[in-house]
Amino acid sequence: MNAEPVIEIVDINKSFGDNHVLRDFTMNLYKGENLVVLGKSGSGKSVLIKCIIGLLTPDSGSIKVFGEDISEYDRRELDRMRVKVGFLFQSNALYDSMTVRENLEFPLRRHHIKGKQDAEEVEVMVMEALGNVGLEHTVDMMPAELSGGMRKRIALARTLILRPEIILYDEPTTGLDPITGREISELIVEVQKKYNASSIIISHDINCISITSNRVVMLIDGRCYAEGTYQELSGSEDPKVREFFK
Amino acid sequence: MGRFLSIVGKNVFLAEMGNITRFAGRFFVEGFKPRYEFREFIRQCYWVGYKSLPLVGITAFIMGLVLTIQSRPTLVEFGAESMLPAMVSISLVREISPVITALICAGKVGSGMGAELGSMRVTEQIDAMEVSGTNPFKYLIVTRILATTLMLPVLSNLSNAVALYGGYLGVNIRGTVSWHLYWSQVYDALSYGDLIPSIIKTFFFGFAIGLVGCYKGYYSTKGTEGVGRSANSAVVVASLLVFIIDLIAVQITDILGLT
Repeated sequence: MNAEPVIEIVDINKSFGDNHVLRDFTMNLYKGENLVVLGKSGSGKSVLIKCIIGLLTPDSGSIKVFGEDISEYDRRELDRMRVKVGFLFQSNALYDSMTVRENLEFPLRRHHIKGKQDAEEVEVMVMEALGNVGLEHTVDMMPAELSGGMRKRIALARTLILRPEIILYDEPTTGLDPITGREISELIVEVQKKYNASSIIISHDINCISITSNRVVMLIDGRCYAEGTYQELSGSEDPKVREFFK
Repeated sequence: MGRFLSIVGKNVFLAEMGNITRFAGRFFVEGFKPRYEFREFIRQCYWVGYKSLPLVGITAFIMGLVLTIQSRPTLVEFGAESMLPAMVSISLVREISPVITALICAGKVGSGMGAELGSMRVTEQIDAMEVSGTNPFKYLIVTRILATTLMLPVLSNLSNAVALYGGYLGVNIRGTVSWHLYWSQVYDALSYGDLIPSIIKTFFFGFAIGLVGCYKGYYSTKGTEGVGRSANSAVVVASLLVFIIDLIAVQITDILGLT
C-alpha cells in the first residue's frame, strides 16, 4: 500500500493479570482503507482499539496516530485526538437518559466544537448526521424506543457527527439480524467513500468482512497471525485461517 | 480453613475500604479542578432533592404522628403529658428525622446511583463519555456526590418540619393543643445545640450515600448481575455508614457538651 499510514502500532503488549491479551502486536492502518481485525472472542480485538483511542494503556510498545505517539498525550491532547478518531461501541453506548438529539449534540458540545450560540448550526449537523443513516424521524425519540438496528445507526451517526478521519468499529454487526447486519456493513463502506475515512473494523462476521474490508489482519494468541485481502485469506491453506472462513 | 477465610475476608474488607478512600480522595482532587459541570450538578440536585421530597415528606409525617401517638401513654402514666411536644421535637430533630431521611435516601438515591452508573459502565456509556471529550468522573461522580451532600441537609430540615406537623396532629388526636401552644413548646424545647449538630451530620450522611452509590456503580462489573449487586451493596453499605457516622456524631456532640 502506497498511502501514508494514519495509525502505526509497533510491538504493543497488554495483559490483565496473568492473561496476556496482546503480545508484540504490530500493525498499520493506511489512509482511506478499511482494515478488518479478525479473531476469536476474547482474542484482544476490542482491547486493541481501546488502546488506540486511549481508553486502555498498553503495557509496552507504541501507538502513533497521525504520526504522534499517543502514550505521551495528556488528557487534553487525547481529547483533541478523539475529535479526529471516532469510535463505534459494540453495545452502541447511547446515553439512556438523553434523546437521540441530545445524544448527537453531546460530542459537539463537549469537544467545544459548537457552543450554545450555534444552536441552528448544531441542529443542521444533527439532522445531516441522522440523514446519513436515514433516521431523521427519530430525532426526539429516546434510545429505549428504538430497535437494535436503529440504535446501531444512531450510534454511527453520533460517531460521524464530528467528521472523524479515522473510525474504529467494535463489532458493528454483532447482535443484528443478517439483513440489518448487511445494511450496517454497506453503510460503513458508504461512509468510507463519502468522507474518505480510514477505518479499523473489529469483527468475526464473515459477511461484514467480505463487504467492508480492503485488508484483513488475523489476531491469534495476541499476535498478528496472518494478513491479506479477504480473497487471499479466505483461500488460504493454513488450517487456523481456514477455520474462520468455513 | 476458618482462619484462612477470616484473613482473606479481612483483606477484602481492607482493600474495599482503601479503594473507597482513594475514590473519595479523587472526588476532592477532581471537584476543585475546572471544568465545573454546573448543569449536571443542578440536574442531580433536582433528582436527589426534589424527586425525593414526596417520599421523605410522607415518611416524616407518619413518623411524627406515630411517635407522638405512641409516646403519649408513657408520658400520661408519669403525668407528663404536657411534655409531649418537647419530647417529640427533640427526638425528631436530634436523631430520628436526620437518620430516617438518610436511610430513605440511601435506599432511593444510593441504589439508584449504583444501578444507573453500573448499567452505564456495562453498556460502555462511561467509555463513550470519555471518547466524547468528557471526564466521566467529573460529569457523573463529582456532581452526584455534591448533590447528595448538599441536598440531604435540605431534605432533613424539611423532614423535621413535616414530622413536627405530624406531631401536632398526633397530639390533637387524644387531646386539644392549640397550634400556637404546640409550636411555642417546640421552640422552647429546641436550641441551636440540637439543630446545628443535626444539620452538620446530614452533610456527612449525604456525602457517604453519594460516595458509596457512585463507587459501587462506577466500578460495577459482570454485566447485569453486577448492576443488581452494585445497587444492592450501595444500599447496604450506605445504610451501615449512616449508622456509623451517627454513632461518631453522637460521641462528638457528647464530648462537646451539646447533648
